[in-house]
Amino acid sequence: MKTFRIGGVHPAENKLSAAEPIKVAELPKVAVFPLSQHIGAPAKAIVQKGDKVKVGTMIAEAGGFVSAPIFSSVSGTVLKVDTVIDASGYAKPAIYITVEGDEWEAGIDRSKDLVTLKDRRELTSDEIKEKIKNAGIVGMGGACFPTHVKLSPPPGSKPEWIIINAVECEPYLTADHRLMLEHADEILVGVTLLMKAMNVGKAYIGIENNKPDAIELMKSKTMKFIHEGDIEIVPLKVKYPQGGEKQLIDAVVGRQVPAPPALPVSVGAILQNVGTAFAVYEAVMKNKPLFERIVTVTGKSLAHPSNFLVRMGTPMSQLIDACGGMPEDTGKLIGGGPMMGKALINAEVPICKGSSGVLLMNEQEAKRAEAQPCIRCAKCVSACPMGLEPFLLSKLAEVHDWERLEKEDVVSCIECGSCQFTCPSHRPLLDYVRLGKSTVLGIIHARKAKA
Amino acid sequence: MSNKLTVSLSPHVHSGDSVSKNMYGVLIALLPAMICSFVFFGIGAILVTAVSVASCVFFEWAINKYLLKNPQSTICDGSAILTGVLLAFNVPSNLPLWIVILGALFAIGVVKMTFGGLGCNLFNPALAGRAFLLISFPVQMTTWPNPGLGFMTIADASIEGQTGATPLALMKQGQAVDMDFWDMLIGKMGGSLGEVCALALLLGFVYMLVRKIITWHIPVSILATVAVCAALLHWANPAYATPTTHLFSGGLMLGAIFMATDYVTSPMSKKGQIIYGVAIGFLTIVIRTWGAYPEGMSFAILIMNAFVPLINTYCKPKRFGEVVKK
Repeated sequence: MKTFRIGGVHPAENKLSAAEPIKVAELPKVAVFPLSQHIGAPAKAIVQKGDKVKVGTMIAEAGGFVSAPIFSSVSGTVLKVDTVIDASGYAKPAIYITVEGDEWEAGIDRSKDLVTLKDRRELTSDEIKEKIKNAGIVGMGGACFPTHVKLSPPPGSKPEWIIINAVECEPYLTADHRLMLEHADEILVGVTLLMKAMNVGKAYIGIENNKPDAIELMKSKTMKFIHEGDIEIVPLKVKYPQGGEKQLIDAVVGRQVPAPPALPVSVGAILQNVGTAFAVYEAVMKNKPLFERIVTVTGKSLAHPSNFLVRMGTPMSQLIDACGGMPEDTGKLIGGGPMMGKALINAEVPICKGSSGVLLMNEQEAKRAEAQPCIRCAKCVSACPMGLEPFLLSKLAEVHDWERLEKEDVVSCIECGSCQFTCPSHRPLLDYVRLGKSTVLGIIHARKAKA
Repeated sequence: MSNKLTVSLSPHVHSGDSVSKNMYGVLIALLPAMICSFVFFGIGAILVTAVSVASCVFFEWAINKYLLKNPQSTICDGSAILTGVLLAFNVPSNLPLWIVILGALFAIGVVKMTFGGLGCNLFNPALAGRAFLLISFPVQMTTWPNPGLGFMTIADASIEGQTGATPLALMKQGQAVDMDFWDMLIGKMGGSLGEVCALALLLGFVYMLVRKIITWHIPVSILATVAVCAALLHWANPAYATPTTHLFSGGLMLGAIFMATDYVTSPMSKKGQIIYGVAIGFLTIVIRTWGAYPEGMSFAILIMNAFVPLINTYCKPKRFGEVVKK
């Protein structure tokens, strides 16, 4: 079975909510939309206090090319344009909307009927890209890179394949898994749209083999779309961080993207998350902008770990309540999965475009063990999927040797956390490597600015 | 509720691995060989092992507490116990106990703690302890009792000051080594107390591989290099010992599996580990064949220990993206 070639670890999978069908989450009383839900320039608010909005109304426009517009997920009145503490832990500008009823924009097709490319022969590549851009779609796997930017590769590059990331290698999370089981057709149409947009004839969907039901279902349906292009389901051996862009390309087509600033397209691959493929379907075929997503709410102490279809702007606390409430022993609240997710300071953080999961850890799990001396066991070196030496990078960052850190390729670190996960001495390796990476990136930028 | 939430950077989960799990894992892997040594060498082996472990742990505790005044102690992680067992494995079972204690003091006090304790030492403490004893007490360190089953410890009949009946010593003296393969595998030959039973050591190797405490790279590259070099020499001169004799005699198995793989003193990258292993294998054969001592394993490892920082500087793991195509 295929997998990536360098490093990797296998954390306990803990997919507690894998068998839970997606439930529609209740509407919030007030929905909160941070203006910066993506990589790039923040969106610019185009509504004011008192404005009436419907479900699907644009409330903030893209702030540049690398940016994305934001749409209301609820109908009601703009309460205020203020700040909210988002997953980063900082207060960021946000639009608050008081929810009144559930009235949708007229243009959105709310029927369940599947629309395929066969029904829409007239769609051109540029039209598809334009619709994706106008629907505010960003990478749904958590990185939130605006999708239309990924679909505009630099001139001269030649995309050969679309690779769909349905790996869901983060422990606990099951949002992509459920999405595939319940919306396989829509995802596949989304993939054909992406193939048409990029004018490529081949797409791969990488799925880890801890989701055999999803692999089977998707495989059985690919033939239906053979006229639109060749879609191949690639079962992958379970290994973290297979969902990393570079790791997935290596696993699926056996090519390694060179060090930054090279992009995946330099080896011929355009990567999209499976949730993004679904969002592309809805945007292009149903005229529905991105304002809701699947979110896994999970944790060992939680009464009912679940998967929800959530309107964005819904506070996490509401989803936790719907799972039986915040357990008494909660010690850590994480937006995303346990390997790369962000610890949150409270449960009022709203669900955004990149919120794949809400994970509650109990007090015992929340605490890190005390660090011991490095015994130079080299387990971090074996675990690093980028072929780096985490023990060395962390030591160099501790002593502020930025020059040597740059030479040791610290900027190649993808911050997957495999090193720290595996360290028998419980050393905070990634904390230091992050410090080193961000400092070195700053130095490189400053040098470029000077030149 | 919210005021007791921990906010820290990812990753938020850990493999559950720990220093002590690895150290005790190695100790478990050493158990078969330890039991064999007790059976073969009797009470002497038990005494030497017990004294070695006790003094290693005591010296580490005492130095940490009274000399370094370090509040964080590492004696519970099992590393001092491991050094104690390995030191005992590298000496004859009839070694006077005060010499064992001296060896432990050198191993822990000089080689480990002066460099900063766990994780900081340049040389393998147990091996450096052995080398210290071998140089300081050559007579006692090379007077091997023959293994006798059923707690019968028979001191070797050979004259004091000469090496006893180890296959390597015979080789060195230019005598034909006529050892039965099965005797060598099980350990019916003279030698340090933990090194004789290759079968038990190999069992420990398999256990450590399964538990993922070590990888195959260092032991296999050492053993393969020794086998290849010995085969070439044997082919050139049939009077020279066979590769099998080399592989199963002396401290080779013990050294390749348990000493050269010591985390702290071995290279970090797989490439480096193979270079290190090949060099140890080569040096072992060189010392065994042309050196002053019959056994070259421990010196080969100590010499290569000194090269580890250099190997680490020049042998980097293969970075992602260096191979663009399959």
